[in-house]
Amino acid sequence: MYTETLEGRAEPRPVSLDLHVPGVGVPLPPYLAFKEVWRNKGRFLLVSLVIALITVLVLFVDGLAEGLGAGNIEYIQKLEGELILFQENVDLSASASQVSRSRLNEIRRVDGVEDVGLVGLSSASIVFESEDKEPLDISLIGVEPNRPGEPAAYAGRGLKGKRSDEAVIGKNVALRTGLEVGDQFTIKSIQGTDDEFYTLEVVGISDGQQYFLRPSVAVPYLTWDRIRPQGFVDDGDDTDLILNIASVKVEQPENLEQMAERLEDRVSKVEAVDRKTAYEASPGYSAQQSTLNTVRIFTLLIGVLVIGGFFQIQTLQKVGQIGMLKAIGAATGTIAIAFVLQIVYITLLGVGIGIAGTLALSLSFPVTVPIVFTPQSVLLAVASLLIIGPVGGLVSLIYLLRIEPLTALGLGA
Amino acid sequence: MTAVLEANSVTKTYEVDSNIIRAVDDVSVEVCPGEFVALVGPSGSGKTTMLAMLAGLLAPTEGSIIIGGRELGQMNESERTKFRRQKVGFTFQSNNLVPYLNVRENVELMLKLNNRLSRESKAHAEEVLAQLGLSERLKNLPSQLSGGQQQRVAIARALVHSPDIVLADEPTASLDTERAFQVVETFANLIHNQELAGIMVTHDLRLVQFVDKIIQMRDGGIARVMTDKSEINSFANAHMMV
Repeated sequence: MYTETLEGRAEPRPVSLDLHVPGVGVPLPPYLAFKEVWRNKGRFLLVSLVIALITVLVLFVDGLAEGLGAGNIEYIQKLEGELILFQENVDLSASASQVSRSRLNEIRRVDGVEDVGLVGLSSASIVFESEDKEPLDISLIGVEPNRPGEPAAYAGRGLKGKRSDEAVIGKNVALRTGLEVGDQFTIKSIQGTDDEFYTLEVVGISDGQQYFLRPSVAVPYLTWDRIRPQGFVDDGDDTDLILNIASVKVEQPENLEQMAERLEDRVSKVEAVDRKTAYEASPGYSAQQSTLNTVRIFTLLIGVLVIGGFFQIQTLQKVGQIGMLKAIGAATGTIAIAFVLQIVYITLLGVGIGIAGTLALSLSFPVTVPIVFTPQSVLLAVASLLIIGPVGGLVSLIYLLRIEPLTALGLGA
Repeated sequence: MTAVLEANSVTKTYEVDSNIIRAVDDVSVEVCPGEFVALVGPSGSGKTTMLAMLAGLLAPTEGSIIIGGRELGQMNESERTKFRRQKVGFTFQSNNLVPYLNVRENVELMLKLNNRLSRESKAHAEEVLAQLGLSERLKNLPSQLSGGQQQRVAIARALVHSPDIVLADEPTASLDTERAFQVVETFANLIHNQELAGIMVTHDLRLVQFVDKIIQMRDGGIARVMTDKSEINSFANAHMMV
């Protein structure tokens, strides 16, 4: 019986002597937020897992956008020259553009040009003696040794001689073929109507230099002109060699616009643009990126709706409780901060699990999957994911602010 | 004895479809320290609206309410919130406790709200809970308690910060008869012992045997006030037979 219990406890209880007083110093909003999450772990963990899945999806879409984008334009993006020269009226299409080597001196003579290198772009494939190994399609890039356009080798050395049978292979080629510096490999290219095979030696390995969704192999420009696929057999005359674009390194990179105008004035029938304009004009790049951006935005929107829906239901279930807290003297600001902190807790947890999951999953992907995580893109994705929580809870927050303490007494709207 | 609470000619009107509804009509009430008052009356008589005004949750249309020497009508919203936090103890019919805080935390919440949580105040909270027979339930969540136990935790929370006035809205609505009597008796004892001013809104007229004054409301106004103990007891006994 309750009355008996009361009588049985008539003597004052001894004061607890333990020195640890949990919760004494914690401000009320984080205290309330944490207690609710902690005592309803299952429910909140479930929402965190949904956020984690959204995080995985956003990060993979991001990585895919980065990877596919890089696969298309990585070589152009990493060119040493600040300006790229295209043939006039080709809509900045590198494959359609033609710049002859005879123009090189004309370009070099323009004030403000520090260096220039012509670049030829075509495709070929690396073939292997073993039939088990599939040929690897590559972008075959003709460059001028030691000029802008030649990829910097992080292993081995750069190219020497304009017609040597040397190659600097991109990291992706090395990963996918196992080729190392000093190895020889065979390129297959169609000359006229015949397959021709050329043996090259790997003298260096550069970082990722993909172009047109293929890993790249850079060779000296005359070698390139000899082995690139052609509709007729090359007679070896290099007096007016045609390549595709020119990579121009300028003395004052801060005045790129002026420099581009000057180049277009002084060198006839060329169009000069910065690297970003050049790679954004690559075929399919913009369409591909905008598609992936749309997927990313919709994924984030789904996240906003999921979090918004969850917290709206939570808030509706807690109207009486919130009214009671306001009635006993909890400031609306205190309750609102506790609510926002709760969203922040579960969003942080969800995003944390999502990042860990993404990292674990990405380790299991083969190198052929074009997913690239860069610190900038990951940070941007994480920041946007952390924002969706509070944005999703905004409607519920406004609703919560409007709950009147009178509801505790069954009065009020 | 000086009254802790004075409500002078308090009126509350609402406009509904161009009609003026007088929810509370010219009500004056005084409650002294150590006095336990029951506000009774049928549904719609205005007792809960009156309680809301006494708690500073609702502003009167006319009249004044003075608690501890301060007039509620002259306070802004934030001052009224602070006033409720510091000077009022509250128990409600439902949603009394925070479901994710255990018994001890629910009571300490009042101290935390008032920034008065210390080793000493925590010990005081434990003492109040012990007086209410809840020492063995400190770590239980509200969902693990019976309705009577939940009401007792709410009473402990209402008293722990030593308020000037304790307001109880239908504190026994969800309890069986035996529990209801126990809860109100305990409540009355604590109010008397701690010299607090207590007002309880109830529709259960059998429970008024524990109070010092009955204010019976009808249609927003005061129908009858009973202060004589024998009159109160006979009023309670009359309803005991129902």
